[in-house]
Amino acid sequence: MIKEVFITETNCITPIGFDVAANIKNIVNGVSGIQLHQNESLMKAPFYASIIDSEQLDKAFAKITSADNYTKLEKMMILALHPIIANSKLDLNTKTAFVLSTTKGNITALENPSEENIQKAHLHQLAKTIADFFGFKTEPVVVSNACVSGILAVSVAKRLIQSEMYDNIFVVAGDVISEFVLSGFNSFQAMSDLPCKPYSKNRTGVTLGEASAAVLVTSNKENAKMKIIGDGSINDANHISGPSRTGEGLFRSIQSALAEAKINPNQIDYISAHGTATSFNDEMETIAFNRIGLQNVPLNSLKGFYGHTLGASGLLETVIGIQSVLESKLFVSLGFDELGVSQPLNIIEKNEEKMINYFLKTASGFGGCNTAVLFEKVK
Amino acid sequence: MIENKTYIKSFCTIQNNEIILNGETIFKTEPTLFADFSKKAFRNFEIDYPKFFKMDNLSKLAFLGAELLLKNEIDNTKENNIALVFSNSSSSLDTDVKYQKSISDKDNYFPSPAVFVYTLPNICLGEISIRHQLRSENSFFIFEDFNPAFMKNYANVLLETKKAEKVLCGWVEYFGEEYQAFLYLVASEGNTEHRKETLEILYNKHSWKH
Repeated sequence: MIKEVFITETNCITPIGFDVAANIKNIVNGVSGIQLHQNESLMKAPFYASIIDSEQLDKAFAKITSADNYTKLEKMMILALHPIIANSKLDLNTKTAFVLSTTKGNITALENPSEENIQKAHLHQLAKTIADFFGFKTEPVVVSNACVSGILAVSVAKRLIQSEMYDNIFVVAGDVISEFVLSGFNSFQAMSDLPCKPYSKNRTGVTLGEASAAVLVTSNKENAKMKIIGDGSINDANHISGPSRTGEGLFRSIQSALAEAKINPNQIDYISAHGTATSFNDEMETIAFNRIGLQNVPLNSLKGFYGHTLGASGLLETVIGIQSVLESKLFVSLGFDELGVSQPLNIIEKNEEKMINYFLKTASGFGGCNTAVLFEKVK
Repeated sequence: MIENKTYIKSFCTIQNNEIILNGETIFKTEPTLFADFSKKAFRNFEIDYPKFFKMDNLSKLAFLGAELLLKNEIDNTKENNIALVFSNSSSSLDTDVKYQKSISDKDNYFPSPAVFVYTLPNICLGEISIRHQLRSENSFFIFEDFNPAFMKNYANVLLETKKAEKVLCGWVEYFGEEYQAFLYLVASEGNTEHRKETLEILYNKHSWKH
Protein backbone atom coordinates (compact mmCIF):
# COMPACT_ATOMS: atom_id res chain seq x y z
CA MET A 1 0.00 0.00 0.00
CA ILE A 2 1.49 3.31 -1.10
CA LYS A 3 1.39 6.00 1.56
CA GLU A 4 -1.15 8.82 1.46
CA VAL A 5 0.37 12.30 1.33
CA PHE A 6 -1.14 15.52 2.66
CA ILE A 7 -0.52 19.26 2.90
CA THR A 8 -1.11 20.59 6.41
CA GLU A 9 0.46 24.06 6.46
CA THR A 10 0.81 26.86 3.90
CA ASN A 11 2.29 30.35 3.79
CA CYS A 12 3.46 32.97 1.31
CA ILE A 13 5.38 36.24 1.17
CA THR A 14 4.35 38.48 -1.73
CA PRO A 15 4.01 42.18 -2.58
CA ILE A 16 0.33 41.97 -1.55
CA GLY A 17 0.83 40.31 1.81
CA PHE A 18 3.19 38.53 4.17
CA ASP A 19 0.72 35.77 5.07
CA VAL A 20 -2.03 33.83 3.31
CA ALA A 21 -4.90 35.85 4.86
CA ALA A 22 -3.49 39.20 3.71
CA ASN A 23 -2.96 37.81 0.19
CA ILE A 24 -6.52 36.48 -0.01
CA LYS A 25 -7.94 39.78 1.24
CA ASN A 26 -6.14 41.64 -1.55
CA ILE A 27 -7.12 39.08 -4.19
CA VAL A 28 -10.77 39.35 -3.15
CA ASN A 29 -10.52 43.13 -3.52
CA GLY A 30 -8.78 42.90 -6.90
CA VAL A 31 -5.52 44.41 -5.60
CA SER A 32 -2.53 43.42 -7.72
CA GLY A 33 1.17 43.55 -6.77
CA ILE A 34 2.07 44.70 -10.28
CA GLN A 35 3.21 48.30 -10.54
CA LEU A 36 5.21 50.46 -12.92
CA HIS A 37 8.85 50.63 -11.77
CA GLN A 38 11.59 52.96 -12.79
CA ASN A 39 14.92 51.53 -11.69
CA GLU A 40 17.81 51.81 -14.11
CA SER A 41 19.92 49.33 -12.16
CA LEU A 42 17.32 46.71 -13.14
CA MET A 43 16.26 47.95 -16.57
CA LYS A 44 16.86 51.05 -18.63
CA ALA A 45 13.24 51.75 -19.54
CA PRO A 46 10.39 51.81 -16.99
CA PHE A 47 8.81 48.36 -16.59
CA TYR A 48 5.86 46.67 -14.93
CA ALA A 49 6.72 44.14 -12.22
CA SER A 50 5.45 42.81 -8.90
CA ILE A 51 8.20 43.64 -6.41
CA ILE A 52 8.37 43.16 -2.63
CA ASP A 53 9.11 46.35 -0.69
CA SER A 54 12.53 45.79 0.90
CA GLU A 55 11.88 48.06 3.88
CA GLN A 56 8.71 46.18 4.82
CA LEU A 57 10.50 42.89 4.33
CA ASP A 58 13.35 43.96 6.63
CA LYS A 59 10.85 45.09 9.25
CA ALA A 60 9.08 41.73 9.18
CA PHE A 61 12.39 39.90 9.24
CA ALA A 62 13.62 41.88 12.27
CA LYS A 63 10.63 40.54 14.21
CA ILE A 64 11.89 36.96 13.95
CA THR A 65 15.66 37.41 14.24
CA SER A 66 18.31 40.03 14.91
CA ALA A 67 20.60 38.47 12.29
CA ASP A 68 20.80 40.63 9.18
CA ASN A 69 23.42 39.13 6.86
CA TYR A 70 20.84 37.55 4.57
CA THR A 71 19.92 38.37 0.97
CA LYS A 72 16.42 39.53 0.04
CA LEU A 73 15.58 36.07 -1.30
CA GLU A 74 16.87 34.36 1.85
CA LYS A 75 14.76 36.67 4.03
CA MET A 76 11.69 35.94 1.91
CA MET A 77 12.24 32.20 2.18
CA ILE A 78 12.93 32.25 5.93
CA LEU A 79 9.83 34.38 6.52
CA ALA A 80 7.69 31.98 4.47
CA LEU A 81 8.93 28.94 6.40
CA HIS A 82 9.10 30.42 9.89
CA PRO A 83 5.41 30.26 10.95
CA ILE A 84 4.75 26.86 9.42
CA ILE A 85 7.75 25.24 11.08
CA ALA A 86 6.67 26.77 14.40
CA ASN A 87 3.02 25.72 13.95
CA SER A 88 3.91 22.16 13.00
CA LYS A 89 5.75 21.61 16.33
CA LEU A 90 7.79 19.00 14.46
CA ASP A 91 11.16 17.79 15.59
CA LEU A 92 13.52 18.50 12.66
CA ASN A 93 14.93 14.97 12.78
CA THR A 94 16.30 12.57 10.16
CA LYS A 95 12.77 11.81 8.89
CA THR A 96 12.07 15.50 8.21
CA ALA A 97 13.36 16.82 4.91
CA PHE A 98 13.76 20.25 3.41
CA VAL A 99 13.06 20.82 -0.30
CA LEU A 100 13.95 24.19 -1.80
CA SER A 101 12.85 25.18 -5.26
CA THR A 102 14.06 28.14 -7.24
CA THR A 103 14.84 29.04 -10.81
CA LYS A 104 17.67 31.50 -10.28
CA GLY A 105 18.29 31.67 -6.50
CA ASN A 106 20.86 34.30 -5.48
CA ILE A 107 21.75 35.07 -9.11
CA THR A 108 22.30 38.75 -8.26
CA ALA A 109 25.53 37.69 -6.50
CA LEU A 110 27.07 37.33 -9.99
CA GLU A 111 26.83 41.09 -10.54
CA ASN A 112 30.16 41.18 -8.70
CA PRO A 113 31.64 37.80 -9.66
CA SER A 114 34.25 37.33 -6.92
CA GLU A 115 35.00 33.76 -5.91
CA GLU A 116 32.97 34.28 -2.74
CA ASN A 117 29.98 35.58 -4.69
CA ILE A 118 30.10 32.74 -7.20
CA GLN A 119 29.96 30.41 -4.19
CA LYS A 120 26.96 32.35 -2.92
CA ALA A 121 25.20 31.92 -6.28
CA HIS A 122 25.34 28.12 -5.89
CA LEU A 123 21.82 26.90 -5.18
CA HIS A 124 22.94 24.29 -2.61
CA GLN A 125 24.62 27.14 -0.73
CA LEU A 126 21.31 29.03 -0.62
CA ALA A 127 19.59 25.88 0.62
CA LYS A 128 22.24 25.36 3.30
CA THR A 129 21.84 28.95 4.52
CA ILE A 130 18.07 28.46 4.94
CA ALA A 131 18.44 24.95 6.39
CA ASP A 132 21.00 26.15 8.95
CA PHE A 133 18.72 28.98 10.06
CA PHE A 134 16.11 26.44 11.14
CA GLY A 135 18.46 23.59 12.05
CA PHE A 136 17.39 20.90 9.57
CA LYS A 137 19.33 17.65 10.10
CA THR A 138 18.94 16.25 6.59
CA GLU A 139 20.70 17.43 3.45
CA PRO A 140 18.51 19.92 1.55
CA VAL A 141 17.07 18.83 -1.79
CA VAL A 142 17.10 21.62 -4.39
CA VAL A 143 14.68 21.41 -7.32
CA SER A 144 15.65 23.68 -10.22
CA ASN A 145 13.52 22.90 -13.23
CA ALA A 146 12.81 26.32 -14.76
CA CYS A 147 9.28 27.63 -14.25
CA VAL A 148 7.76 24.35 -13.05
CA SER A 149 10.18 24.22 -10.05
CA GLY A 150 7.64 25.34 -7.42
CA ILE A 151 4.94 22.83 -8.28
CA LEU A 152 7.45 20.10 -9.16
CA ALA A 153 8.80 20.50 -5.61
CA VAL A 154 5.36 19.46 -4.27
CA SER A 155 5.42 16.43 -6.52
CA VAL A 156 9.00 15.58 -5.46
CA ALA A 157 8.03 15.87 -1.79
CA LYS A 158 5.06 13.57 -2.34
CA ARG A 159 7.24 11.00 -4.08
CA LEU A 160 9.92 11.11 -1.36
CA ILE A 161 7.23 10.42 1.26
CA GLN A 162 5.88 7.58 -0.90
CA SER A 163 9.41 6.17 -1.09
CA GLU A 164 9.37 6.18 2.75
CA MET A 165 12.61 8.14 2.85
CA TYR A 166 10.91 10.86 4.94
CA ASP A 167 7.67 11.42 6.91
CA ASN A 168 7.53 15.22 6.76
CA ILE A 169 8.90 17.62 4.18
CA PHE A 170 9.02 21.40 4.39
CA VAL A 171 8.95 22.84 0.89
CA VAL A 172 9.93 26.42 0.13
CA ALA A 173 10.01 28.17 -3.24
CA GLY A 174 11.27 31.62 -4.10
CA ASP A 175 12.70 33.85 -6.78
CA VAL A 176 13.50 37.56 -6.98
CA ILE A 177 13.50 40.16 -9.74
CA SER A 178 16.98 40.78 -11.14
CA GLU A 179 18.60 42.51 -14.08
CA PHE A 180 19.63 39.02 -15.18
CA VAL A 181 16.08 37.74 -15.51
CA LEU A 182 14.53 40.98 -16.78
CA SER A 183 17.12 41.35 -19.56
CA GLY A 184 16.75 37.67 -20.47
CA PHE A 185 12.96 37.74 -20.87
CA ASN A 186 13.35 41.06 -22.67
CA SER A 187 15.86 39.50 -25.10
CA PHE A 188 13.16 36.96 -25.97
CA GLN A 189 10.78 39.89 -26.56
CA ALA A 190 8.51 38.13 -24.09
CA MET A 191 7.84 41.10 -21.79
CA SER A 192 4.52 42.89 -21.75
CA ASP A 193 4.54 46.69 -21.84
CA LEU A 194 1.37 46.63 -19.68
CA PRO A 195 0.38 44.45 -16.69
CA CYS A 196 0.02 40.93 -18.12
CA LYS A 197 -3.35 39.73 -19.44
CA PRO A 198 -3.40 35.90 -19.39
CA TYR A 199 -5.56 34.23 -22.08
CA SER A 200 -6.75 37.62 -23.38
CA LYS A 201 -6.97 38.67 -26.99
CA ASN A 202 -4.76 41.67 -26.33
CA ARG A 203 -2.11 39.90 -24.26
CA THR A 204 1.41 40.97 -25.13
CA GLY A 205 3.58 38.89 -22.84
CA VAL A 206 4.93 38.28 -19.36
CA THR A 207 5.07 40.59 -16.36
CA LEU A 208 7.74 39.38 -13.93
CA GLY A 209 7.32 39.18 -10.18
CA GLU A 210 8.96 38.04 -6.97
CA ALA A 211 7.57 35.97 -4.11
CA SER A 212 8.22 33.06 -1.80
CA ALA A 213 5.85 30.36 -0.61
CA ALA A 214 6.09 27.39 1.72
CA VAL A 215 4.07 24.29 2.57
CA LEU A 216 4.38 21.26 4.83
CA VAL A 217 3.93 17.96 2.99
CA THR A 218 3.38 15.03 5.33
CA SER A 219 2.17 11.45 5.71
CA ASN A 220 0.27 12.51 8.85
CA LYS A 221 -3.42 13.13 8.15
CA GLU A 222 -3.99 15.14 11.34
CA ASN A 223 -4.76 18.81 10.48
CA ALA A 224 -4.58 18.01 6.75
CA LYS A 225 -5.93 20.70 4.43
CA MET A 226 -5.45 18.78 1.19
CA LYS A 227 -4.50 15.36 -0.04
CA ILE A 228 -2.08 15.10 -2.98
CA ILE A 229 -3.70 12.46 -5.15
CA GLY A 230 -1.76 12.45 -8.41
CA ASP A 231 1.03 14.10 -10.32
CA GLY A 232 3.01 14.08 -13.54
CA SER A 233 5.97 16.02 -14.88
CA ILE A 234 6.45 15.17 -18.53
CA ASN A 235 8.62 16.78 -21.18
CA ASP A 236 7.33 17.98 -24.56
CA ALA A 237 10.42 16.66 -26.41
CA ASN A 238 9.76 19.43 -28.88
CA HIS A 239 11.71 22.67 -28.34
CA ILE A 240 13.93 24.08 -25.58
CA SER A 241 12.52 27.63 -25.60
CA GLY A 242 8.99 27.23 -26.98
CA PRO A 243 6.05 25.10 -25.88
CA SER A 244 4.74 22.21 -27.97
CA ARG A 245 1.99 23.27 -30.38
CA THR A 246 -0.06 20.25 -29.37
CA GLY A 247 0.47 20.76 -25.64
CA GLU A 248 1.84 17.22 -25.58
CA GLY A 249 3.85 17.31 -22.36
CA LEU A 250 1.16 19.15 -20.39
CA PHE A 251 -1.54 16.84 -21.80
CA ARG A 252 0.44 13.79 -20.70
CA SER A 253 1.33 15.28 -17.31
CA ILE A 254 -2.37 15.84 -16.53
CA GLN A 255 -3.23 12.36 -17.83
CA SER A 256 -0.57 10.84 -15.61
CA ALA A 257 -1.95 12.72 -12.57
CA LEU A 258 -5.54 11.67 -13.40
CA ALA A 259 -4.56 8.03 -13.84
CA GLU A 260 -2.81 7.95 -10.47
CA ALA A 261 -5.69 9.76 -8.72
CA LYS A 262 -8.21 7.43 -10.42
CA ILE A 263 -10.60 10.29 -11.14
CA ASN A 264 -12.17 11.50 -14.40
CA PRO A 265 -11.49 14.92 -15.95
CA ASN A 266 -15.13 15.91 -15.33
CA GLN A 267 -14.62 15.57 -11.57
CA ILE A 268 -12.11 18.44 -11.50
CA ASP A 269 -13.77 21.55 -10.01
CA TYR A 270 -11.07 24.16 -10.49
CA ILE A 271 -7.81 24.64 -12.42
CA SER A 272 -5.07 27.01 -11.33
CA ALA A 273 -3.21 27.21 -14.64
CA HIS A 274 0.16 28.68 -15.60
CA GLY A 275 -1.12 31.51 -17.87
CA THR A 276 2.03 33.57 -18.38
CA ALA A 277 0.23 35.69 -21.01
CA THR A 278 2.72 34.97 -23.77
CA SER A 279 1.02 34.19 -27.03
CA PHE A 280 2.44 30.66 -27.30
CA ASN A 281 2.12 29.51 -23.69
CA ASP A 282 -1.55 30.38 -23.25
CA GLU A 283 -2.42 28.83 -26.61
CA MET A 284 -0.50 25.64 -25.78
CA GLU A 285 -2.31 25.28 -22.43
CA THR A 286 -5.67 25.82 -24.13
CA ILE A 287 -4.97 23.01 -26.57
CA ALA A 288 -3.83 20.65 -23.79
CA PHE A 289 -6.91 21.42 -21.62
CA ASN A 290 -9.26 20.93 -24.58
CA ARG A 291 -7.61 17.63 -25.53
CA ILE A 292 -8.46 16.33 -22.06
CA GLY A 293 -11.94 17.86 -22.02
CA LEU A 294 -11.26 20.44 -19.31
CA GLN A 295 -12.48 23.46 -21.31
CA ASN A 296 -15.56 23.98 -19.11
CA VAL A 297 -13.76 23.77 -15.77
CA PRO A 298 -13.40 27.19 -14.07
CA LEU A 299 -9.79 28.26 -14.56
CA ASN A 300 -7.60 31.18 -13.56
CA SER A 301 -4.06 32.39 -13.88
CA LEU A 302 -2.87 34.32 -10.82
CA LYS A 303 -0.15 36.07 -12.85
CA GLY A 304 -2.38 39.18 -13.01
CA PHE A 305 -1.90 39.53 -9.22
CA TYR A 306 1.71 38.40 -8.85
CA GLY A 307 3.32 38.50 -12.28
CA HIS A 308 5.39 35.48 -13.23
CA THR A 309 7.37 34.65 -10.10
CA LEU A 310 9.37 31.92 -11.91
CA GLY A 311 10.32 29.04 -9.60
CA ALA A 312 8.04 30.40 -6.87
CA SER A 313 4.94 30.60 -9.05
CA GLY A 314 3.88 26.95 -8.93
CA LEU A 315 4.01 26.78 -5.15
CA LEU A 316 2.57 30.27 -4.57
CA GLU A 317 -0.37 29.49 -6.86
CA THR A 318 -0.86 26.15 -5.08
CA VAL A 319 -1.03 27.95 -1.74
CA ILE A 320 -3.67 30.37 -3.08
CA GLY A 321 -5.49 27.51 -4.84
CA ILE A 322 -5.67 25.54 -1.59
CA GLN A 323 -7.24 28.58 0.05
CA SER A 324 -9.80 28.73 -2.78
CA VAL A 325 -10.76 25.15 -1.95
CA LEU A 326 -10.88 25.73 1.82
CA GLU A 327 -12.99 28.90 1.50
CA SER A 328 -15.12 27.54 -1.41
CA LYS A 329 -14.26 30.58 -3.55
CA LEU A 330 -13.14 30.98 -7.13
CA PHE A 331 -10.91 34.02 -7.63
CA VAL A 332 -10.98 36.25 -10.69
CA SER A 333 -8.31 35.73 -13.37
CA LEU A 334 -7.13 39.33 -13.15
CA GLY A 335 -6.29 41.07 -16.43
CA PHE A 336 -8.61 38.93 -18.52
CA ASP A 337 -11.01 40.65 -20.92
CA GLU A 338 -11.80 38.92 -24.19
CA LEU A 339 -10.80 35.31 -24.88
CA GLY A 340 -7.76 35.30 -27.13
CA VAL A 341 -6.98 31.62 -27.64
CA SER A 342 -8.13 29.32 -30.44
CA GLN A 343 -10.36 27.02 -28.36
CA PRO A 344 -12.79 27.53 -25.47
CA LEU A 345 -11.74 27.95 -21.85
CA ASN A 346 -13.87 28.80 -18.80
CA ILE A 347 -11.88 31.75 -17.45
CA ILE A 348 -13.08 32.99 -14.04
CA GLU A 349 -14.21 36.57 -14.72
CA LYS A 350 -15.42 37.50 -11.23
CA ASN A 351 -15.05 36.12 -7.73
CA GLU A 352 -17.71 33.56 -6.96
CA GLU A 353 -18.67 30.89 -4.43
CA LYS A 354 -18.16 27.28 -5.40
CA MET A 355 -17.73 24.00 -3.56
CA ILE A 356 -14.41 22.55 -4.71
CA ASN A 357 -13.39 18.97 -4.05
CA TYR A 358 -10.76 18.40 -6.74
CA PHE A 359 -8.25 21.05 -7.74
CA LEU A 360 -5.65 20.83 -10.53
CA LYS A 361 -2.48 22.92 -10.56
CA THR A 362 -0.34 23.06 -13.70
CA ALA A 363 2.82 24.80 -14.89
CA SER A 364 5.07 24.72 -17.93
CA GLY A 365 8.52 26.09 -18.64
CA PHE A 366 11.67 26.38 -20.72
CA GLY A 367 13.29 23.10 -21.62
CA GLY A 368 9.85 21.75 -22.57
CA CYS A 369 8.98 20.89 -18.98
CA ASN A 370 5.43 20.62 -17.61
CA THR A 371 4.01 19.62 -14.23
CA ALA A 372 0.47 18.79 -13.14
CA VAL A 373 -0.57 18.01 -9.56
CA LEU A 374 -4.07 17.01 -8.43
CA PHE A 375 -5.35 17.81 -4.95
CA GLU A 376 -8.42 16.57 -3.09
CA LYS A 377 -10.08 18.43 -0.25
CA VAL A 378 -9.76 16.55 3.04
CA LYS A 379 -13.17 16.26 4.66
CA MET B 1 6.41 0.58 0.01
CA ILE B 2 7.46 -2.94 -0.92
CA GLU B 3 10.21 -2.39 -3.41
CA ASN B 4 10.82 -4.67 -6.33
CA LYS B 5 14.49 -5.11 -7.06
CA THR B 6 15.91 -2.68 -9.60
CA TYR B 7 19.16 -2.87 -11.51
CA ILE B 8 21.87 -0.68 -13.00
CA LYS B 9 21.74 -1.77 -16.61
CA SER B 10 24.62 0.33 -17.90
CA PHE B 11 26.77 3.25 -16.77
CA CYS B 12 29.10 5.83 -18.22
CA THR B 13 31.66 8.33 -16.93
CA ILE B 14 32.99 11.38 -18.78
CA GLN B 15 35.85 13.36 -17.30
CA ASN B 16 39.48 14.30 -17.88
CA ASN B 17 39.27 13.88 -21.65
CA GLU B 18 38.10 10.30 -21.29
CA ILE B 19 34.83 8.41 -21.74
CA ILE B 20 34.35 5.16 -19.87
CA LEU B 21 31.36 2.95 -20.70
CA ASN B 22 30.50 0.06 -18.36
CA GLY B 23 34.02 0.24 -16.90
CA GLU B 24 35.93 0.30 -20.19
CA THR B 25 37.60 3.29 -21.81
CA ILE B 26 35.94 3.81 -25.17
CA PHE B 27 37.32 7.23 -26.05
CA LYS B 28 40.26 9.32 -24.90
CA THR B 29 42.14 12.40 -26.10
CA GLU B 30 45.29 14.25 -25.08
CA PRO B 31 44.52 16.99 -22.53
CA THR B 32 42.50 19.67 -24.33
CA LEU B 33 39.64 22.10 -23.76
CA PHE B 34 36.15 20.64 -23.32
CA ALA B 35 34.91 22.28 -26.54
CA ASP B 36 37.56 20.39 -28.49
CA PHE B 37 37.19 17.14 -26.53
CA SER B 38 33.41 17.10 -26.91
CA LYS B 39 33.61 17.81 -30.65
CA LYS B 40 36.11 14.98 -31.12
CA ALA B 41 33.97 12.59 -29.09
CA PHE B 42 30.87 13.58 -31.06
CA ARG B 43 32.69 12.86 -34.34
CA ASN B 44 34.26 9.66 -33.03
CA PHE B 45 30.84 8.15 -32.28
CA GLU B 46 29.57 9.34 -35.67
CA ILE B 47 26.56 11.08 -34.20
CA ASP B 48 24.47 12.87 -36.81
CA TYR B 49 22.84 15.75 -34.91
CA PRO B 50 23.86 19.29 -35.93
CA LYS B 51 21.93 20.83 -33.00
CA PHE B 52 24.74 19.58 -30.76
CA PHE B 53 26.92 22.51 -31.78
CA LYS B 54 24.38 25.08 -30.54
CA MET B 55 24.30 23.60 -27.04
CA ASP B 56 26.12 24.98 -24.03
CA ASN B 57 28.81 22.83 -22.43
CA LEU B 58 26.57 21.37 -19.71
CA SER B 59 24.09 20.20 -22.34
CA LYS B 60 26.89 18.79 -24.53
CA LEU B 61 28.23 16.82 -21.58
CA ALA B 62 24.81 15.42 -20.64
CA PHE B 63 23.94 14.77 -24.30
CA LEU B 64 27.09 12.70 -24.91
CA GLY B 65 26.50 10.54 -21.84
CA ALA B 66 22.84 9.99 -22.73
CA GLU B 67 23.77 9.17 -26.31
CA LEU B 68 26.00 6.30 -25.23
CA LEU B 69 23.51 4.81 -22.76
CA LEU B 70 20.35 5.26 -24.83
CA LYS B 71 21.71 4.23 -28.24
CA ASN B 72 20.69 0.61 -27.78
CA GLU B 73 17.69 1.25 -25.54
CA ILE B 74 15.46 3.27 -27.82
CA ASP B 75 12.97 1.38 -29.92
CA ASN B 76 11.69 3.83 -32.53
CA THR B 77 8.64 1.72 -33.24
CA LYS B 78 7.09 2.41 -29.83
CA GLU B 79 6.92 4.85 -26.91
CA ASN B 80 10.01 4.74 -24.75
CA ASN B 81 9.04 5.67 -21.21
CA ILE B 82 12.53 6.41 -19.91
CA ALA B 83 12.51 9.11 -17.19
CA LEU B 84 15.39 11.55 -16.81
CA VAL B 85 16.58 12.34 -13.28
CA PHE B 86 19.68 14.50 -13.32
CA SER B 87 21.61 16.47 -10.72
CA ASN B 88 24.73 18.53 -10.23
CA SER B 89 26.41 21.00 -7.91
CA SER B 90 26.68 24.24 -9.86
CA SER B 91 23.37 24.25 -11.76
CA SER B 92 23.87 26.28 -14.96
CA LEU B 93 26.37 28.68 -13.33
CA ASP B 94 28.96 28.26 -16.09
CA THR B 95 26.51 29.75 -18.61
CA ASP B 96 25.04 32.12 -15.99
CA VAL B 97 28.46 33.76 -15.58
CA LYS B 98 28.77 34.11 -19.38
CA TYR B 99 25.29 35.63 -19.64
CA GLN B 100 25.95 38.02 -16.74
CA LYS B 101 29.09 39.25 -18.57
CA SER B 102 26.96 40.08 -21.61
CA ILE B 103 24.84 42.52 -19.56
CA SER B 104 27.36 43.85 -17.02
CA ASP B 105 29.18 46.27 -19.30
CA LYS B 106 26.67 48.92 -20.32
CA ASP B 107 28.83 49.98 -23.28
CA ASN B 108 28.91 46.42 -24.51
CA TYR B 109 25.39 45.32 -23.54
CA PHE B 110 24.35 42.33 -25.58
CA PRO B 111 21.92 39.92 -23.90
CA SER B 112 21.32 37.00 -26.21
CA PRO B 113 18.25 34.73 -26.02
CA ALA B 114 20.40 31.87 -27.36
CA VAL B 115 22.64 32.16 -24.27
CA PHE B 116 19.85 33.05 -21.80
CA VAL B 117 17.90 29.87 -22.52
CA TYR B 118 20.86 27.80 -21.28
CA THR B 119 20.86 29.59 -17.91
CA LEU B 120 18.63 26.78 -16.64
CA PRO B 121 20.06 23.38 -15.66
CA ASN B 122 17.04 21.44 -16.94
CA ILE B 123 17.64 22.58 -20.53
CA CYS B 124 19.97 19.59 -20.93
CA LEU B 125 17.01 17.33 -20.09
CA GLY B 126 15.03 19.06 -22.84
CA GLU B 127 17.88 18.48 -25.30
CA ILE B 128 18.04 14.76 -24.47
CA SER B 129 14.23 14.47 -24.59
CA ILE B 130 14.13 16.05 -28.06
CA ARG B 131 17.01 13.94 -29.37
CA HIS B 132 15.48 10.64 -28.24
CA GLN B 133 11.82 11.74 -28.45
CA LEU B 134 11.32 10.97 -24.77
CA ARG B 135 7.97 12.32 -23.61
CA SER B 136 8.70 11.21 -20.09
CA GLU B 137 9.15 12.30 -16.48
CA ASN B 138 12.07 14.66 -15.99
CA SER B 139 13.54 16.59 -13.09
CA PHE B 140 16.78 18.34 -12.24
CA PHE B 141 18.17 18.51 -8.69
CA ILE B 142 21.07 20.37 -7.12
CA PHE B 143 23.23 18.90 -4.35
CA GLU B 144 26.64 19.88 -3.04
CA ASP B 145 27.90 16.40 -4.05
CA PHE B 146 26.50 13.37 -5.85
CA ASN B 147 23.73 12.07 -3.57
CA PRO B 148 23.33 8.32 -4.19
CA ALA B 149 20.72 7.77 -1.45
CA PHE B 150 18.39 10.40 -2.88
CA MET B 151 18.95 9.35 -6.48
CA LYS B 152 18.29 5.71 -5.70
CA ASN B 153 15.05 6.46 -3.87
CA TYR B 154 13.74 8.88 -6.47
CA ALA B 155 14.46 6.55 -9.40
CA ASN B 156 12.87 3.63 -7.57
CA VAL B 157 9.69 5.52 -6.69
CA LEU B 158 9.25 6.45 -10.37
CA LEU B 159 9.55 2.78 -11.34
CA GLU B 160 7.45 1.53 -8.43
CA THR B 161 4.56 3.94 -9.13
CA LYS B 162 4.76 3.09 -12.87
CA LYS B 163 5.60 6.68 -13.80
CA ALA B 164 8.48 5.26 -15.86
CA GLU B 165 9.69 1.93 -17.26
CA LYS B 166 13.36 2.86 -16.97
CA VAL B 167 15.19 5.82 -15.45
CA LEU B 168 18.27 7.48 -16.89
CA CYS B 169 20.03 9.04 -13.90
CA GLY B 170 22.89 11.46 -14.12
CA TRP B 171 25.37 13.62 -12.25
CA VAL B 172 26.42 16.22 -14.83
CA GLU B 173 28.69 18.88 -13.43
CA TYR B 174 30.28 21.59 -15.55
CA PHE B 175 31.93 24.78 -14.33
CA GLY B 176 34.86 26.61 -15.94
CA GLU B 177 36.45 23.68 -17.81
CA GLU B 178 35.99 21.39 -14.79
CA TYR B 179 33.59 18.68 -15.81
CA GLN B 180 32.37 15.34 -14.63
CA ALA B 181 29.50 13.22 -15.86
CA PHE B 182 28.33 9.96 -14.32
CA LEU B 183 25.21 8.56 -15.96
CA TYR B 184 23.51 5.24 -15.42
CA LEU B 185 20.36 3.53 -16.57
CA VAL B 186 18.08 1.97 -13.95
CA ALA B 187 15.73 -0.80 -15.05
CA SER B 188 13.81 -3.75 -13.67
CA GLU B 189 16.34 -6.12 -15.25
CA GLY B 190 20.10 -6.23 -15.29
CA ASN B 191 23.17 -7.74 -13.65
CA THR B 192 24.16 -5.10 -11.13
CA GLU B 193 21.73 -4.47 -8.31
CA HIS B 194 20.69 -0.81 -7.97
CA ARG B 195 21.96 -0.04 -4.47
CA LYS B 196 23.23 3.13 -2.84
CA GLU B 197 26.57 1.48 -2.06
CA THR B 198 27.01 0.31 -5.65
CA LEU B 199 26.33 3.82 -6.95
CA GLU B 200 28.92 5.18 -4.53
CA ILE B 201 31.50 2.67 -5.73
CA LEU B 202 30.82 3.26 -9.43
CA TYR B 203 30.85 7.02 -8.95
CA ASN B 204 34.06 7.04 -6.92
CA LYS B 205 36.00 4.39 -8.85
CA HIS B 206 36.59 6.62 -11.80
CA SER B 207 36.98 9.82 -9.83
CA TRP B 208 39.82 8.27 -7.84
CA LYS B 209 41.69 7.06 -10.88
CA HIS B 210 42.93 10.54 -11.67
